[in-house]
Amino acid sequence: MKRTGAQIMWETLIREGVEVVFGYPGGANLPIYDAMLDYSIRHVLVRHEQGAAHMADGYARASGKVGVALATSGPGATNLVTGIATAMMDSTPTVFITGQVNSRLIGYDAFQEIDVTGITLPITKHNYLVTRVDEVEHAIREAFYIARTGRPGPVLVDIAKDAQQNTLDWEPETAPIKMRGYRPDYSPSDKDFQQALEMIRSARRPVILAGHGVLMSGAVESLRKFVERANIPVAMTLLGLSGFPATHPLNLGMMGMHGEAWVNNSIQEADLILAFGMRFDDRVTGNLKTFATGAKKIHCDIDPAEINKNVRVDLALLGNLRQTIDRLLENLETLDHSDWVNHIYALKGDSAVRDIQSLPGTDHLYAAHVVNDLWRYTHGNALVVTDVGQHQMWTAQYFHQDHPRRFLTSGGLGTMGFGLPAGIGAKIACPDADVWVVAGDGGFQMTQAELATAAQENVKVNVAIMNNGYLGMVRQWQEFFYERRYAATPMRSPDFVKIAEAHGLTGLRVTRRDQVEDALRQAHAAEGSVVIDFRVEQEDSVYPMVPTGADLGNMIRRPLPTPLVETAASED
Amino acid sequence: MQHTLVILVEDKPGVLNRVASLFRRRAFNIESLTVGHTDQPGLSRMTIMVDSDEANIQRLTAYLYKLVNVIQMHDLTATPKVSRDLAMIKVAADAQNRTQIMQIVDVFRARIVDVTNTSMIIEITGDEEKIEGFVEVLRPLGIIEMVRTGVVAMARGGNALYPPNGNGHHEYSMVN
Repeated sequence: MKRTGAQIMWETLIREGVEVVFGYPGGANLPIYDAMLDYSIRHVLVRHEQGAAHMADGYARASGKVGVALATSGPGATNLVTGIATAMMDSTPTVFITGQVNSRLIGYDAFQEIDVTGITLPITKHNYLVTRVDEVEHAIREAFYIARTGRPGPVLVDIAKDAQQNTLDWEPETAPIKMRGYRPDYSPSDKDFQQALEMIRSARRPVILAGHGVLMSGAVESLRKFVERANIPVAMTLLGLSGFPATHPLNLGMMGMHGEAWVNNSIQEADLILAFGMRFDDRVTGNLKTFATGAKKIHCDIDPAEINKNVRVDLALLGNLRQTIDRLLENLETLDHSDWVNHIYALKGDSAVRDIQSLPGTDHLYAAHVVNDLWRYTHGNALVVTDVGQHQMWTAQYFHQDHPRRFLTSGGLGTMGFGLPAGIGAKIACPDADVWVVAGDGGFQMTQAELATAAQENVKVNVAIMNNGYLGMVRQWQEFFYERRYAATPMRSPDFVKIAEAHGLTGLRVTRRDQVEDALRQAHAAEGSVVIDFRVEQEDSVYPMVPTGADLGNMIRRPLPTPLVETAASED
Repeated sequence: MQHTLVILVEDKPGVLNRVASLFRRRAFNIESLTVGHTDQPGLSRMTIMVDSDEANIQRLTAYLYKLVNVIQMHDLTATPKVSRDLAMIKVAADAQNRTQIMQIVDVFRARIVDVTNTSMIIEITGDEEKIEGFVEVLRPLGIIEMVRTGVVAMARGGNALYPPNGNGHHEYSMVN
């Protein structure tokens, strides 16, 4: 069959199972867009290419499928960069396709020419520059293979305009991909499994640290079985959240910088750490020198480069996490750690009293209360997507997510502006899900133009803006560590209700706790997307907090009994 | 300590950039890098000298294997091997000191590859120490310019670094 490169691209995408792409047209990808009209594929027109990248990312996180974004050359491609880096840091399977100027013009600074393969070299798992029509299919197929296998990640394919336009007598390739330099499939030896089982059996105070790998490898069910058989409590990383039911009695909650005190303390007291698909990020470990010094460590991960990177481990089980847990389960008998679990419960101590949920919500509107109300109102069934900042931590702490892939957040890169577009991507991946974007007033404004995308595409995502008039997390650091010198953190925002209305959407404002539920009900009932402007406490802070570089057990706790804006100094 | 890494890569555009960029990105300083074809079509071979400790070399190894175009890599630091560097040195040479230079060249088993009334180009092959020793002897006579290829290295013995069509990645066993 005679096919143009653009047609080959679309047919290859369809063969890879792609149903929707997020993109923005331009001069260098016009042939791709022209050909698109002849294929049954959904295209979501974004308002900025960063939005397309986050949508593809959110789509991938919510569905487990590869998310695809499309952009033109030059500025279209560079606008993708933040989104690609976000996907890279959080290992989400994504493919980015950019148009490039005619291959004869590459290297001559042509209009809208940019070296996007050079720019994205350190933020992609791999990338391709396609200059000939006969390379299109191969590059796309390899891109999908690399994006979804091993430790997933973003792959970029840059296609020159003439490679899109030129024709080829083409038949689809069906032979499996073979790449001699790419190896996604490690598996531990029997000896390693034996040693792991012995370490697990002889541990008295074991803790599982569950990360994003649980979700990425589809290990949710396996992990639950393992936990219930071995009776080992689970601490979650931020990206691990929803990989193990939050309301499970053996789920301790989130660990790390804003983890609960008893979670961090139990890790510090543990004698065995089972790291499942997590990478000992600095936000999780605190001071590496004092991190869980009494614990043997078993690291189960698919990426050899993560082994011994931050924390020296005693044993590594390298490979697909689900397969690793399943193989451990084959030879694991029921274990009892009730003394240890009871001890951890005792570590909670006065945490409940310090908990912001214990504060009356009559005079103040606390963001944490709003999140908790959202959780209760939606019966924990919402698919929650956060932006980055204080509200992100409160959502992690107080939206007790039981359902896998229903808590999406930018962890590694911490990309403000991620929430709304990722929420749109997630809603398109899961049309039946009740999608809620929780954002701050700062981050929301970074990508709020995507409200227009939601409106045009009739995608219903409800947006809860925790509007405190500050770049709250930075303000909190200024409060704790910079003597309350609030440099460039006070922020005056537009009227978010009117912003919503300008897009033909509904806007609501909430200033008191007793209005929260009614607003949530209205949002739920509305046909289109709803933006709720929650005017929350301005100078509230996220507790507990492990200051950067401090020992994991050394937390700034929410002060007793009530004032919320005490400084760290008064606590110490 | 200084490590000698040998890396087999696919011979494709941009691969040298990917490898070099990885060293930069992960804050490793390349002291010497050479690259050229091998006997197998489509395969290039790099020899890279890098100063780092053992733990970081392990980290670097894992990162290198994550590059899709890297097929095999070996750290030859502790392996019996032959390493060679080639230098061409242009020295000022006239009728008065030409004989003296030729004697030095003889002692070091170097070769004179170009002669003019005022200069000579000397080619020398050897390990880095030999070349540096040679340069020091020549320096007082007046070096006009010099070029070095950087080190290439090969393990001694009968084994190939990479068996044709084999799966190069080594098995990871991570028991400490």
